[in-house]
Amino acid sequence: MKSGIVFDLKRFAIHDGPGIRTTVFLKGCPLRCIWCHNPESISPECKTIKTHTMIGKNSFPAEKTIGKEMSSEEVVLEILKDRIFYEESDGGVTFSGGEPLMQPDFLRELLQVSKENNIHTTVDTSGFAAMEFIENTLSIADLILYDLKLIDDDLHRKYIKMSNKKILKNLQHLNDIKANIIIRIPIIPQITDTKKNISDIIRFLRKMHFSGRIDLLPFHKTANQKYKNLKMINYVDKIKAKDENELKKIVSQFTEAGLCAKYEG
Amino acid sequence: MNLRIKKLREESLNAPNVLSAERAVLVTDFYKSIIGKDISIPMQRALCFQYILQNKTLCINDGELIIGERGPAPKATPTYPEICLHSLEDLQILNDREKVFFQVDNETKEIYKTGIIPFWKGKTMREKLLSDMKAEWKGAYKAGVFTEFQEQRAPGHTVLGDKIYKFGMNDIIMQINKRLRTASDTEVEELKAMKITAETLITFAGRYADVLEEMAFMEDNKKRKTELNEMARICRKVPAEKPDTLHEALQYYWFVHLGVITELNPWDSFNPGRFDQHLLPYYKKGLENGTLDEDKVKELLCCLWIKFNNHPSPPKMGVTALESNTYTDFALINLGGLTTDGSNAVNEMSYLILDVIEEMRLLQPSSMVQISKQNPDEFIKRALKIIKSGFGQPSIFNTDAIIKELTRQGKAVVDARNGGASGCVESGAFGTECYVLSGYFNLPKILEITLNNGFDPRTKRIIGLKTGEADNFNDFSQLFTAFEKQLTHFSNIKLKGNDVIENLFATKLPVPFLSLLIDDCILNAKDYNSKGARYNSVYVQGVGLGTITDCLTSIKFNVFDEKKFSLKEMLKAVKNDYTGYEKLQNDLIYNTPKYGNDNDYADKNATEIFEIFFNSIDGRMSPLGATYRINMLPTTCHIYFGSVTGASTDGRNSGKPLSEGISPVQGADKLGPTAVLKSASKFDHTRTGGTLLNQKFSPDFFKTDKNLNKLTALIRSYFRMDTHHIQFNVIDKQTLLDAQKNPQDHQNLIVRVAGYSDYFNDLGVELQNEIIERTEHKNF
Repeated sequence: MKSGIVFDLKRFAIHDGPGIRTTVFLKGCPLRCIWCHNPESISPECKTIKTHTMIGKNSFPAEKTIGKEMSSEEVVLEILKDRIFYEESDGGVTFSGGEPLMQPDFLRELLQVSKENNIHTTVDTSGFAAMEFIENTLSIADLILYDLKLIDDDLHRKYIKMSNKKILKNLQHLNDIKANIIIRIPIIPQITDTKKNISDIIRFLRKMHFSGRIDLLPFHKTANQKYKNLKMINYVDKIKAKDENELKKIVSQFTEAGLCAKYEG
Repeated sequence: MNLRIKKLREESLNAPNVLSAERAVLVTDFYKSIIGKDISIPMQRALCFQYILQNKTLCINDGELIIGERGPAPKATPTYPEICLHSLEDLQILNDREKVFFQVDNETKEIYKTGIIPFWKGKTMREKLLSDMKAEWKGAYKAGVFTEFQEQRAPGHTVLGDKIYKFGMNDIIMQINKRLRTASDTEVEELKAMKITAETLITFAGRYADVLEEMAFMEDNKKRKTELNEMARICRKVPAEKPDTLHEALQYYWFVHLGVITELNPWDSFNPGRFDQHLLPYYKKGLENGTLDEDKVKELLCCLWIKFNNHPSPPKMGVTALESNTYTDFALINLGGLTTDGSNAVNEMSYLILDVIEEMRLLQPSSMVQISKQNPDEFIKRALKIIKSGFGQPSIFNTDAIIKELTRQGKAVVDARNGGASGCVESGAFGTECYVLSGYFNLPKILEITLNNGFDPRTKRIIGLKTGEADNFNDFSQLFTAFEKQLTHFSNIKLKGNDVIENLFATKLPVPFLSLLIDDCILNAKDYNSKGARYNSVYVQGVGLGTITDCLTSIKFNVFDEKKFSLKEMLKAVKNDYTGYEKLQNDLIYNTPKYGNDNDYADKNATEIFEIFFNSIDGRMSPLGATYRINMLPTTCHIYFGSVTGASTDGRNSGKPLSEGISPVQGADKLGPTAVLKSASKFDHTRTGGTLLNQKFSPDFFKTDKNLNKLTALIRSYFRMDTHHIQFNVIDKQTLLDAQKNPQDHQNLIVRVAGYSDYFNDLGVELQNEIIERTEHKNF
């Protein structure tokens, strides 16, 4: 029985794959996307932060732990609670992060036990992991939500603090072995939505003969408060969200190139 | 919506709610005229019905296709002095109160002062009922342990089956004549009374036909002239004969509806039930022979919808007003479900009526969709598209659960399939059942009394049993047993009261007209109020399941299991309404397991509370042969019950609302809708006659088709767990807060309350706040 660090468990998740899902967020991420909307998930450590609850005007100190060690059995018991909803909606469980492949053994066991219980499994990943884990862990999942951000490696290093070589190679590999992939591109104004990057992505995907679905994810400022709470440097605040029309234009660029892209509101 | 409907709809919305003394005057004149005459009670009631309908003002509004008003004008609402006599002070309150008011002019007050009050004082059902109640009943009633539905309104709460589509009143008279041949003396009186009411409805329609013919004669507009002539023809035909066209069917229903709500003031009003099933043959026939098209069908339906909206609930006072503080009179249109042979009943009419509901966007009638596993997802999605517009209609019911509920109670499966829900969420066999709601039951209040050893701190009286000082409970099960004893004690008091009330209505206020409509009153030669129907049920409605569960869980967790503090400490904090004990209150609210989070520790208590409530009532028989049952719904009573219940052990402050329906305490559910639905499904809905669950979603949740599919699956999952009902409030907190501040900008804002929708502006501020505090599921 493996255990790992889970930083959140969200039931009735409806944006992380098909149907009604439970999303299990595994803690820890090797990347440092400056727009990260889950900044509390980056560190692999559990952390306790001070917060408070209110009774009228009286404030009472409370503690909130970010990250909790859980056994795979505990996690799966939580997942199974909503089985009836998965069955009716063709949903299941999604493992997200952080980067779930940062805890490969734990993730592998979670995927295996979920599958033994006939629960549809999805992994939401950046793809930044050793090929070994792509092969022995990620490929078990029924569906992979694979993030693709920047093709230019210098820019990738600038905004994400790591090279994208592994990411692109792993994607290529998964495509070759015909894994079920949905590519997710976060549309971050002035960073990932540049003309060059969009055409680079299109070229890259065409070259590898990608025929799956591509979801364009709009940028949200929902993480603003989190950065403040965590006292982390907040770049998000300066980014201006795009309107729907601009996103639709990007979608049509993909469509014109024969790729199946959708805008996920 | 065409111009005619637009105009009629506007007129209906703008019509002032006024109190009309007409019915009171006619009833008084009638009863004066029979002083000293030896007339049986059923015959008195039939002749009174006849006198009203022969003499009441007729009202035909310009452009109408369906005609008939209960009062002299739209929303002119009568009173029922034989049941409940309003004093001059009451009339002033009705006129002056801020919410759910009725204008009372000086003439009406004068009529009351000189004619109505002097005649009826001391003779009304309300006075009789209250004086017949024992001290223990009065003590519990005053303390707010329960309410009494029949205190100001007659038992009703029933739904029409398919009778009027098969039989005209002349056919029904023939059935009565046949039954008369084998009738005993008392039966003869019952049947003769029924016959008079059937004849009366025909005559009443005839009065309308006379006026319509006159109007047609005078009318210059050719189109309207033709319409008026056609309407006159229809009124000559129905209700005397069975209807053959859609227009005839709708007009027949409306005459019947008016009859029921004129005879007495039943709670709920009356209800056509499975309208899409009943109307489909007329729709098909009309399309076939070219007399109808879709527009015409919708126009006729819209005309009927306006009729419902013209008829607010009769004025309620005091506790009755508090437990159901709304103009809505709870006619609930049922769509979808199953046919009698058990197959999918969704048809073209179901969708057409949904179009009408969407277009009309009126509070009345209420509407619902019945969803069986046999019904297509498409039907749910169509309903969700209306719900997302934010007016809380139609509500969504589980047909398969309703059928299980009704068959468990011993109903034939065909009668169960012909059934559905009425009022807010109440299951019934349509056309064959008398199912009366008798009052709400304040579950958290009973714990308060238990913790005070039978004493009610608010009324400062001992009203419960001496089940022991709270300090002496050594473990949770001792406390729970004491709670169970108190609950059974109050159930007994309530049911004893119900037994007496049942007899009062049976002997003093029979309803021969309503008895014509519900089988097998004629066959049994017995009045609806004497339990002449095929099935007879009386319900007690449990309120505050979330609050009582959290209160007991809190004691179990904090006092007995975790030993965080003693019960004595906790009760001291409760006694002080948590003033000076905010830290403890904080622990109770934030660090204690709560119902609504799919947590068995808390939810197990909900199930156990349900079981003891069920066992204390279900299956017991009334003297006249009705079976007592429970259901779980509050209307607006969770506000009233909260106001009479002191601070509670879940951290709730004194006087604050209780939880609503079977929903968690406002804001206590933290894990999203699937966890709420799981918690709410853990007790056995199929042993109730209805449960009510409201969920609040932010509007952006309903934006995409993809999400509508997920919501459809959410509903299907909930219903697979054999649950009864779910409804959605699709509105964000900001809008509600803004509406409180600037009501003038939100005059059309409609919200789901509990089993019905209402204008936000018409709600009391406590109820507005309670709706704002409910957990809102968001789209991220």
